[in-house]
Amino acid sequence: MNISIHPCSWPYSTSACSLQLTIIAFDELRTDFKNPIDQCNPVHARERLRNIERICFLLRKLVLPEYSIHSLFCIMFLCAQEWLTLGLNVPLLFYHFWRYFHCPADSSELAYDPPVVMNADTLSYCQKEAWCKLAFYLLSFFYYLYCMIYTLVSS
Amino acid sequence: MSAPAGSPHPAASSRIPPKLGGAAAASGAAAPAGPGPGPHQQNGPAQNQMQVPSGYGLPPQSYIAPSGHYSQGPGKMTSLPLDSQCDDYYSGLYRVATQNVVTPNTASQQPGAQQMYGSVPPAPHVVGSTLGSFQGAGSSASHLHTSASQPYSSFVNRYNSPAMYSANSSVAAQGFPSTCGHYALSTVSNAAYPSVSYPSLPAGDPYGQQMFTSQNAPTVRPVRENSFSGQSTAISHPSPLPPPPSQQYHQQQSLSGYNTFAWSASGLPSTQDNLIQNHTSLATANNPTNPVADTLSCSVMQNVQPPKSSPVVSAVLSGASSTRTPPAAGRPVEPLASVARPSELLQQKGVDSSSTTSSASPMPNSYDALEGGSYPDMLSSSASSPAPDPAPEPDPAPAPAPAAPQPSKMAKPFGYGYPTLQPGYQNATAPLNSGVPPSSPMYSGFQQYAQYPGMNQLSSSLGGLNLQSSSQPESLRPVNLTQERNILPMTPVWAPVPNLNLDLKKLNCSPDSFRCTLTNIPQTQALLNKAKLPLGLLLHPFRDLTQLPVITSNTIVRCRSCRTYINPFVSFIDQRRWKCNLCYRVNDVPEEFMYNPLTRSYGEPHKRPEVQNSTVEFIASSDYMLRPPQPAVYLFVLDVSHNAVEAGYLTILCQSLLENLDKLPGDSRTRIGFMTFDSTIHFYNLQEGLSQPQMLIVSDIDDVFLPTPDSLLVNLYESKELIKDLLNALPNMFTDTRETHSALGPALQAAFKLMSPTGGRVSVFQTQLPSLGAGLLQSREDPNQRSSTKVVQHLGPATDFYKKLALDCSGQQTAVDLFLLSSQYSDLASLACMSKYSAGCIYYYPSFHYTHNPSQAEKLQKDLKRYLTRKIGFEAVMRIRCTKGLSMHTFHGNFFVRSTDLLSLANINPDAGFAVQLSIEESLTDTSLVCFQTALLYTSSKGERRIRVHTLCLPVVSSLADVYAGADVQASICLLANMAVDRSISSSLSDARDALVNAVVDSLSAYGSTVSNLQHSGLIAPSSLKLFPLYVLALLKQKAFRTGTSTRLDDRVYAMCQIKCQPLVHLMKMIHPNLYRVDRLTDEGAIHVNDRVVPQPPLQKLSAEKLTRDGAFLMDCGSVFYIWIGKSCDNNFIEDVLGYPNFASIPQKMTHLPELDTLSSERARSFITWLRDNRPLNPILHVVKDESPAKTEFFQHLIEDRTEAAFSYYEFLLHVQQQICK
Repeated sequence: MNISIHPCSWPYSTSACSLQLTIIAFDELRTDFKNPIDQCNPVHARERLRNIERICFLLRKLVLPEYSIHSLFCIMFLCAQEWLTLGLNVPLLFYHFWRYFHCPADSSELAYDPPVVMNADTLSYCQKEAWCKLAFYLLSFFYYLYCMIYTLVSS
Repeated sequence: MSAPAGSPHPAASSRIPPKLGGAAAASGAAAPAGPGPGPHQQNGPAQNQMQVPSGYGLPPQSYIAPSGHYSQGPGKMTSLPLDSQCDDYYSGLYRVATQNVVTPNTASQQPGAQQMYGSVPPAPHVVGSTLGSFQGAGSSASHLHTSASQPYSSFVNRYNSPAMYSANSSVAAQGFPSTCGHYALSTVSNAAYPSVSYPSLPAGDPYGQQMFTSQNAPTVRPVRENSFSGQSTAISHPSPLPPPPSQQYHQQQSLSGYNTFAWSASGLPSTQDNLIQNHTSLATANNPTNPVADTLSCSVMQNVQPPKSSPVVSAVLSGASSTRTPPAAGRPVEPLASVARPSELLQQKGVDSSSTTSSASPMPNSYDALEGGSYPDMLSSSASSPAPDPAPEPDPAPAPAPAAPQPSKMAKPFGYGYPTLQPGYQNATAPLNSGVPPSSPMYSGFQQYAQYPGMNQLSSSLGGLNLQSSSQPESLRPVNLTQERNILPMTPVWAPVPNLNLDLKKLNCSPDSFRCTLTNIPQTQALLNKAKLPLGLLLHPFRDLTQLPVITSNTIVRCRSCRTYINPFVSFIDQRRWKCNLCYRVNDVPEEFMYNPLTRSYGEPHKRPEVQNSTVEFIASSDYMLRPPQPAVYLFVLDVSHNAVEAGYLTILCQSLLENLDKLPGDSRTRIGFMTFDSTIHFYNLQEGLSQPQMLIVSDIDDVFLPTPDSLLVNLYESKELIKDLLNALPNMFTDTRETHSALGPALQAAFKLMSPTGGRVSVFQTQLPSLGAGLLQSREDPNQRSSTKVVQHLGPATDFYKKLALDCSGQQTAVDLFLLSSQYSDLASLACMSKYSAGCIYYYPSFHYTHNPSQAEKLQKDLKRYLTRKIGFEAVMRIRCTKGLSMHTFHGNFFVRSTDLLSLANINPDAGFAVQLSIEESLTDTSLVCFQTALLYTSSKGERRIRVHTLCLPVVSSLADVYAGADVQASICLLANMAVDRSISSSLSDARDALVNAVVDSLSAYGSTVSNLQHSGLIAPSSLKLFPLYVLALLKQKAFRTGTSTRLDDRVYAMCQIKCQPLVHLMKMIHPNLYRVDRLTDEGAIHVNDRVVPQPPLQKLSAEKLTRDGAFLMDCGSVFYIWIGKSCDNNFIEDVLGYPNFASIPQKMTHLPELDTLSSERARSFITWLRDNRPLNPILHVVKDESPAKTEFFQHLIEDRTEAAFSYYEFLLHVQQQICK
């Protein structure tokens, strides 16, 4: 009955890992060299900027795998006719779609735009989003695991 | 920058260069005047200098007689039916014209005169009840007055009509105490009218009784005017010497003494009877529970007096006011700046010329009844300065105190209060102030607060007592918007003054540099959410200042944990320790700081200039740089495709560069380079030693390389001849080009490569869509969608290329400034990115052509002059800190956000403004003050590393009413505009428009449901926010946000860029233009700037009903001026000012006023020149004839009128009201 769950736990943890990475990345973004003299130094400007750009680039690279893995799951739940599990995942799926296709302006860019990402509210929003999704993934991971074991045991 | 000779202390030396301008002169003049305070001193000069007495001497009837000009307002109002504004404007106009005949009783008939949009019954005016009244403070005050004492009624009437226009607004604009409540009555009059005593007036004079009452009045507004006159007296009329600033002090003290009667009684040697009377009257008036208050305050109302107060008072403020008029418009200078503080003209090349301090009119006060508008005129004279307006002087103005050493309290002029000085201190300071030459008493006065925090706490608790006895401030006075017909004040709106105690007010940062949308910070985020007002800061950190203390010191004293710079709002726990006002950490005072180079005394850290000024500049030590400061490097990247050559900008640019080559800011290391591009990229080798410039062409635009990296950027002084040769040759080099393509992207890449070793400024001139190589763009605009009311697309960039390039540039400390001179769509939305993220600036000249469009050409020329010569800072970073508990979240402007509170600015220029949104993260209950500090670290063009620090201090409040009372409507609107731009790019334009409307609806409904508990049918707003709907409507009709009117996409995007990076003063003119009537300019209320008399006409509201056919009107839209000439305009005006015999002969395109040798021409020109001064963008003047096709542009700006696609102001109010009721 719950066959599809079994192979999926694997990629699922990948997805969670990518979230973990995201969170670490944001943490790094937030990290500030507390010594302002250092910060204000023009020599550091470039370094810092490179840093931000690198992190943003990394974040953008993580977005697509995460979204596609999650969508894949949803499709598999659909195939397995796991309505309850699917129901749990659909809101997030829609959110992902919205995030992905709602690009500001005409540019092909996703979120995590270097000039914008350091705005405190963007940063904190992204960070919160990442934590919430991580929690969701972890919980659902254990739920799937439980379901899988339950199925194995009961069959 | 060397230390002054003889500075004994080697370590800390402040520089004390001589100051220019009026402040020095004023102080010089002031010093010999001697303290000798007394009633005569005030009155003597007043009478000598001004024609006040004559005005007063006139019998009351003569005031009513004037009719004509000003009474036209009321007359018109009564005549206009409700729907008149929706009519064709002519109907309104002509009707008005015919009804201008004013009967004398218009002036005295308040309700009739103030009929609102037609349907309003005359409001009953009950003494003391102002809540229901929609009248201005002044008028209601006068009513009270009238009812109280008959003899004055005539006097009051005399002022009524001008007051109707202006009084309420002027009061409100300043955030002054309201007419509400008993207490406020006295203050209202004070705010609206200067209270000056005229002891010398004959006894039989109707003002005779004023003598005693007037003295306790904390006047506010007049001070500014007076300060002008004072200025002038100091400069141009040395004979009547103004008294030293100290005068002002004891005056303030004396007045505040009245408020805090109980305390000051201790040591009062008050000598005069009338003073004592004042004490009693005000003391009672202050007490809301006192049933007699109303009647008493009625007598106080007699303070209502013409603004002509004594020049004495004004002279006191000369230092402060000097900044207002000069073109260079400095910040208001604290009086203490006048002599002793280390200051220097920070103006550098090109700005110097405008840095002269103004002088004010020696006789702005001729109060002749002729036009009757003199009072409003006066107000506007002070207010309509084109320069960034200085702070409305917080100083409650000195009522002339009869006795000099008047030990008394500094109380805030408004009742709801904050800490005041300790009585003991006051006693100490008063004598000092009274008799000592200007500078020193200031210091002694200021030090107190910062020095003894313990005492401050005590005094703040005492201030708390005050608070209980206060009632609603003026800014909270409810205004029924739907019934208030003349919502726009006749004078420009001032920034509200934070409700701090006097000392802090004086020390506080000028609102021109630093402004907060809420001058009373709510205690918690919940409270802020309830108020539904935006919280944020508006910054203009690199403004041209006429005076700025510059400090050279080995150690810059900063907090050890949060790195805040020491500022006037820190508290000294004892001699050796200070407590940071942002993070509350206790720090040691370094040894070096103990020595004060100013007074050459030891052990007085609180007297150091850092602690005496909220805006200071430090010369940074080598700690602040790892590499040597970069030289000034300028690179010009010029489009030379066919299109560009056709437009002909090259001639103007090269000419302008040739003229200003020596004025480019920089030192001996300055470097300059040129590149041109069409489908290929051309470099110019200008290496010293060549006989002529060498052109190197790179045609491989896919992989750009630098042909000779070393010789493309050359030293300006070594290769000057070559550069001149090149500039002379350049305009003719490409005349027969057939290349239509433009490879902007590769050219920028090359520029980046060229600049990356040093950093600097790249100026890009582009005339069309980039069509080759990286970063090529396609046309995205659909002309049919220009007037669409639905979706406006393509507000964001089409490609990342320019953004990425800008980020690279920013990382290499290079800013890219874009000049877009195009006749067709050029996708500014994408191109602007190159400037947005590299901290550059954007100039846009639609349909530029050097012969077909001469006005644009002239504009470019003037803009270039400013651009090339203005001050510039390189490799800058700006950090904004705020008190623990507050946090910044979104920044607006051109920069790259490098970390959550650090903005990276490759270049900083004096015309750049910034905005920051704030949120309250922790409750601020344990603090009564919050501070914000902006530190801008930059490399000056002379290769010095400097830090400019601004510190702003604001009170924290816990009640919603106080939050509303402190709202700064202009700052709020500018912040909202910034947020709306973001919203329209990230979401959609209609979202942004909805958000703007919702901002009004939310805040007004929140106010209606929480603060004003009255049940009104109308739309109620606090007085502080009464212009909010008007400004939002103006925003909705602004090019950036309007829909339904045909707007080119580039124009719209440019307007958005402007909103993002213009400082507040200029942005406000863009949002809500100023309209003046110019065919009847008089010298009444005029001010003196550089020996020119600048007339000060009152502001008109932006509605066609104000345009009379027989007038001429000037509209100041910030970047453009329109002069609208009515069809039946006086031929004298046309002949004298425009130089044509009659209306018919005026040409359709006229962009200059001829220099005619007539008085009216001189007035008009000096007024326009004055408005033009110190604009970042040089406004072009368009003379618009009535009935000419160009008038549509003019009428677009009349935002109170209805257009096909947008509401009129009244309709908008109804719409808002409807939304609230939902």
